Order: sequence, then C-alpha cells, then structure tokens
Amino acid sequence: MSDTTLEKSGVGPVEGASLYDADNPAPVIEAPRKRTAKTPRSTRGNFEMAAWLFMRLSGVVLVVLVITHLLIQLVLDGGVSKIGFAFVAGRWASPFWQVWDLLMLWLAMLHGANGLRTVINDYAERPNTRLWLKGLLYTATVFTILLGTLVIFTFDPNIR
Amino acid sequence: MPAGTLYRGREGMWSWVAHRVTGVLIFFFLFVHVLDTALVRVSPEAYDEVVATYKTPIVALLEYGLVAAILFHALNGLRVIAVDFWSKGPRYQKQMLWTVVGVWVVLMVGALYPVLGHAVRELFGS
Repeated sequence: MSDTTLEKSGVGPVEGASLYDADNPAPVIEAPRKRTAKTPRSTRGNFEMAAWLFMRLSGVVLVVLVITHLLIQLVLDGGVSKIGFAFVAGRWASPFWQVWDLLMLWLAMLHGANGLRTVINDYAERPNTRLWLKGLLYTATVFTILLGTLVIFTFDPNIR
Repeated sequence: MPAGTLYRGREGMWSWVAHRVTGVLIFFFLFVHVLDTALVRVSPEAYDEVVATYKTPIVALLEYGLVAAILFHALNGLRVIAVDFWSKGPRYQKQMLWTVVGVWVVLMVGALYPVLGHAVRELFGS
C-alpha cells in the first residue's frame, strides 16, 4: 500500500506514474475567460448587482408598505365598501399617508419593472423582440410613475 | 428528468415559478390601480363610479386572488432573502417554503370574511 513515490507527483495510484516532474514540467493550460490585452477594462459595471440588491431591499420595505395598505383598504373599517373620493381625500389630508403612497408607488413600480425586465431577458430571445418589449416596459413604467406622482402632489379635495 | 434542462422540479423550482407568476400579475394590476386612482384628478364622480366596480361580487373574488398573490409573493420574497443572506438559508429552503405556505393558508382564511363578506351578503341577502 506504500505509494510514497507516486505522492510526490500528485498522481494517484490509479492514474499511474506522472509523465512530468519539476525538471520536466507539464505544459501550461490557460484558464478559461482569462483577462487578456483584448479584454475591455470595464465590462458591464455593477448594474446587475445593484438591481439584485435593490430587489431585496425594496422587497422588505414593500412587505410593510403593501400589507398595511391592504389592511387599511380591504380589511379594516368595512373593507372595500368604504372606499370613495371622500375616503381618499381624508387619507391624503395627512402628509404621512401622502409620503407612504408616494414611496409605495415608486418602490413597487421599480421593483415590478425590474422583475419584468428579468422575465423578458429570460424568455425573449430575438434581439428585436427584447428591444421592443423593454422599450414598452420602460415607457409604461415612466408614464405610470410620473402620473401617480403628479396625482399625489396635485390632489385637490375641493376639485369642484 | 430530461437532459439539458435547468428546471429541477420540486419545492425550489415550483416556488420560483409561483413567485414569477404572482409577481407579473401584481405588476399588471399595479398599472390598472394607478390609472383608476388617477381619476381622483378628474372628478369625484368618475372615481366613485370606477371604485363601484371594485365592490361588485366578481371583482371581490379577483381582490381575494390579488391578496393571495401579494401575500405569497411577500412571504416567499422574505424566504428568498433568507436563502441569499442567511448562512443556513439554502439548507432550510424547503422547510422555509412549507412555513411560507402554512402562514399563507392561515392569512388567506383570515382574509376570507373581510374581503369576501360583503360580496356574500350582496349575493345571498343581508
């Protein structure tokens, strides 16, 4: 069972004796995807990592914001039956709920947009399809965020 | 399992599928919801008229589905965070999924009366 002679070469008894040793080294195999002179200095930056982190951070905040929102709108005080213009006016009279809804709008829209961007990246394979789907997604997202923000900031309880 | 597929089945894959499906559904509802809320800038009547559809029995059922999607996405999202950031997360991902499902079932039973009660009263009287 003594294989001290083989141990030196780093080759187990099954493989047999090594063809190479310190005086006759094996040829070097270059590592895959090794940085070379042709590799651009900056590849893609940290956008994907930032997006990944954003999903987790916004997700935790959204759990609190959205579940409280559901509780107020659909469960407490008569559930959905109480909702109307007067109810909205009452809640947006408070800056606290204005900020709450604004934060919820921005975080939910960006969280959802990034999620759908991932879905498009996963399933749309043709470059043109990806381009158009993402163009549509970004347009709809920017429009909805701006519309919602405008509505919260310009809300007028005495509209007529 | 067929060769050359990334889909491994079981808890890991199906929770990922459910997370993706619920996420897309919630996002599409969000567009509609911002648009309907924007009607408060048109007139109180326009807003109240659209909100009235939210109070019909059929839409109440859709609201229950929305609550189901949001609660699953929220709870499973916390599980995903635990898998990513907690050193023992990956080892307990299955147990955490069944915990998510358990909490979800309890919350959905709790939401039954508040979300669907008014629809049942409307359909079957008082």
